[in-house]
Formats: sequence, structure tokens, C-alpha cells
Amino acid sequence: MSKIHVTTKINGEETEYLCQPYDTMLDVLRNQLNLTGSKEVCSSGDCGACSVTLNNRLVCSCLMLAAEAEGKEINTIEGMTKNGNFHILQKKFLEHAALQCGICTPGMLVAAKSLLDKNPSPTETEIRFWLAGNLCRCTGYDKIVRAVQAASDEMKEKA
Amino acid sequence: MIQGTFLTPNTIDEAVKFFSSSEGSVKLLAGGTDLLVQIRNGFTKPDKIIDIKNIRELQEIIDNGNGSFTVGAAVSGASLAEHNKFGKNWPGVLEALRLIGSEQIQGRASLGGNLCNASPAGDSVPALIASGALAKVHGPNGIRSIPVEKINLGPGKTNLQKGEIVTQFDFPDREPSSSDSYLRMIPRTEMDIAVVGCAVNISMDGDKCIDARIALGAVAPTALLVDQAAKIIIGSKLEDDVLNEAAKACQNACKPIDDKRGTITYRKKVSGVLFKRAIQIAKERALKV
Ligand SMILES: Cc1cc2nc3c(=O)[nH]c(=O)nc-3n(C[C@H](O)[C@H](O)[C@H](O)COP(=O)(O)OP(=O)(O)OC[C@H]3O[C@@H](n4cnc5c(N)ncnc54)[C@H](O)[C@@H]3O)c2cc1C
Ligand code: FES
Ligand code: FES
Repeated sequence: MSKIHVTTKINGEETEYLCQPYDTMLDVLRNQLNLTGSKEVCSSGDCGACSVTLNNRLVCSCLMLAAEAEGKEINTIEGMTKNGNFHILQKKFLEHAALQCGICTPGMLVAAKSLLDKNPSPTETEIRFWLAGNLCRCTGYDKIVRAVQAASDEMKEKA
Repeated sequence: MIQGTFLTPNTIDEAVKFFSSSEGSVKLLAGGTDLLVQIRNGFTKPDKIIDIKNIRELQEIIDNGNGSFTVGAAVSGASLAEHNKFGKNWPGVLEALRLIGSEQIQGRASLGGNLCNASPAGDSVPALIASGALAKVHGPNGIRSIPVEKINLGPGKTNLQKGEIVTQFDFPDREPSSSDSYLRMIPRTEMDIAVVGCAVNISMDGDKCIDARIALGAVAPTALLVDQAAKIIIGSKLEDDVLNEAAKACQNACKPIDDKRGTITYRKKVSGVLFKRAIQIAKERALKV
């Protein structure tokens, strides 16, 4: 099979790569572009550890072909820190101990950011529903929900 | 444009041409939330993949007035939910599509993919059937419009011919005091496959039901339009005995399987229960519009 040449934007940077038709976006991020923040856990859309945004839409990069990124914009966890400064969500995750092993964390953060971008003042129920596709085997979720609430509050104060 | 085995047509004509002239196994890709899982677990190994998401007609949501809409087959659940009018006119269709997976899955999952994947448990399919939507199908021999209930033949089987693509769904005009609803029974509260799904679409005139379409999912090889139940309630005031009789018609229409998710007896019983709950919701909504 001949390789496919893709030109796309990842975390704001023009990026090019060659991929096979069956390569997923997650394969290319991790194995070719060295963006290993997005994790591979289930490879079937169930766990959300591979969450990225595609043209600002939250998706599982394990259920997306790398070839589909042509002409699109992808944002990953690596794009969340700006000029070496943590995003408020990242700070709140640390303050609230919203992680233990950390495997779910990149996906949680990407998903939570996509929620706050769309809805700056989510209710607890809205947070829990939005993050239902992100599985965490360590924290019991409560601390994650609190961290997202705290980030939402602080972002509103600053705005 | 043509790059080996991954094609991204921008027009329907191009897509049909690629799809109908391709040798070997070819698969259409909409949101990929079924297809990529199937490729991953070795269930299918297409030689060629045609991504249909870059075709304008498949991404459009058109408000035709009078409650009628044309919705592109590849529109995602997240994007249909953002439309300011569709969900007011077709809340049952929208809630059925929105039940599919998580927010990540919603970013990609489409009505066309849910229908053409032809799982007996596809959540949006009963709602599409109850709505009376027509699927517009483009193929090498032209365009045909097919009632949604005629598309699926059995698990994984559709009656689409070689080269045919579902491009859009046409939702009919809405009569006054009409609405719809969808309920499913799953063993967990979220992220699971329906054991039974029931969609109801009704029109009321005061307290009288003047039109109805009822559909069931996950209780037969394909989702079912249950005409017998609709006939029983049309013309009635939806009194308890009428609803009990219609619920029985729903149960009788089921040809379910016995599996770890639900026995035949259970699925039949639940289909009647869900019907009674779904019609209550549809009626309340209808009386408000
Ligand atoms: C974690 C997870 C949870 C899920 N939960 C649910 C659930 O609760 N309920 C449910 O019903 N489903 C569920 N699904 C299954 C899936 O998300 C849905 O069936 C979805 O609607 C498929 O749409 P898609 O656009 O992703 O389809 P694709 O995967 O792109 O396509 C599915 C099939 O249809 C064909 N196809 C797609 N579009 C067309 C078209 N326009 N014309 C002709 N053929 C076409 C494709 O070739 C393919 O064979 C879930 C999947 C995952 C991964
Ligand atoms: S690895 Fe993609 S959802 Fe689990
Ligand atoms: S912190 Fe370990 S899975 Fe969430």
C-alpha cells in the first residue's frame, strides 16, 4: 500500500507526515510525531484516554484515521501548556489531587477543556455527563469533578 | 485527490463514481465509530476507504419550514444538537442520536452510520423510522428515496446496491400538536447497548390522537415499524385500555433473541412498558407545541 501524505495543523503548528491508510491519528501522534501525551488504553472508543480535538470537536484519536486530518486542526494535551505555564485546569488537577497513576489525565484534561470552552459554567451533572467517556480506575472521579468546578470558578473570576 | 487507498471526494457524484467503480472491498467512512472498531478487531479489512465527510450535502442541516428538515447522513450528534430548531421539532430523533456513546463518540457518530451499520440495536434507527423520514440514496443509477424502515434487511445487511450511498434524511412536515420521543432499556445507566428501544411519533387534536408511528429496536433482526400498535391508538383518546392493547401489539411484534443482556420474555415485556412510557412523553411534548 502506498503511503498517504498529510498536511495538517497540530497545536497550532503546520505539520506533515506520511501514514498508511489504516493508521489511526493516535498511532501517528504517538509513534511518529513523538506526542505521547495522548494515551492508548482500549483502542475502541470506550475510555477517552486518547481524547483530542479535531476542528474544536472532542473525539477519540483511536477512532480516527490519521489520513482524515488533512487540512484540519488537531489539538492535543501537548498544546495545553502555553509558554511553559500550566493551564488553570492543569493547576486545579494538581491542587485537588485529581490524579493518581495519571494515565487517564491527559484525556480528562482535553475533555474538560473542551467542555469549559463550550460551557464556562457547567453544573456538576453537566461535568459528569461530559466526562462519562473518560474512564479513571484510580480517583473515583470526585476529585476530578471538583477540580473542573474550581477551574471553571477561577476562569470566570479572571474573565 | 486520489491517494492510494484512502479517498476523500468532495461531491456526491465523485463519491458514487469511486464507490461503484472500485474493485475489491470498499468501505464508506462517516464518523468511523463503528468502522474503525471493526477494522481494529479484524472484522473487516477494506482495500479502499472512501471518507464521505467532506461532501457538503452530507454535512448540511436544512430547515425546510413547517417542521420539515433535510439532514446530511454524516452530520454528527454533537453538531445536530447545536442546531437551534431541529431538536424542537424532532426531540425524539435527537435524543435517540444523542444516546449514542460519550461526548467523544458524539463528535463523530452520524445517523447514516448508525443506520447503515445495520445493528438491530442502533438507537437512532427506531426514531428515524417513527419520524417517517425518507433516506435519500445516490447510486450509479440515479437517486432513490426510501422509507428508513426499508433500508436494513438483517444484522449487518442493508438493501443498498453496489455504489449506493445514503446522502440525506428528509423529515416530513410537522402537523400542529405533533412530537416524538425515544426510550431505551439498558442494564447500566450509560454507555451500553439497548436491550429494547422504543420510538413514538404522534399527532394530537385536543385529547384525541389523530396520527401515530411506533417503532421498536433490538427486539428483531432489524428495527420494526409496528403498524398494528399505531392502528389501535389512532382515533382514540389514549385511554389506559387502548394503551394496554397497543402495548400487547408491540409485544407480539417482537422476534427477539435470548442473550446475556435479556431473555425473550424480558425483552417482550419491556417493549410494552417502554411503549407506554414513550407515548406519554411524546403526548406531553405534542400538547405543548
Ligand atoms: C464507545 C462506543 C459507544 C457506542 N454506543 C452506541 C450506542 O449507545 N447506541 C448505538 O446505536 N450505537 C453506539 N455505538 C456505535 C456507533 O457509534 C453508531 O452506530 C454510530 O452512529 C455510527 O456512525 P458513524 O458515522 O461513526 O459510522 P461509521 O463507522 O463511519 O459507519 C458505519 C457503517 O455504515 C456505513 N456507512 C456510513 N455512512 C454511510 C452512508 N451515508 N451511506 C451508506 N453507508 C454508510 C459504513 O461504511 C460502515 O459500514 C457506539 C460506538 C462506540 C465506539
Ligand atoms: S484508547 Fe481511544 S478511547 Fe480508549
Ligand atoms: S488517575 Fe489512574 S486512571 Fe485516572
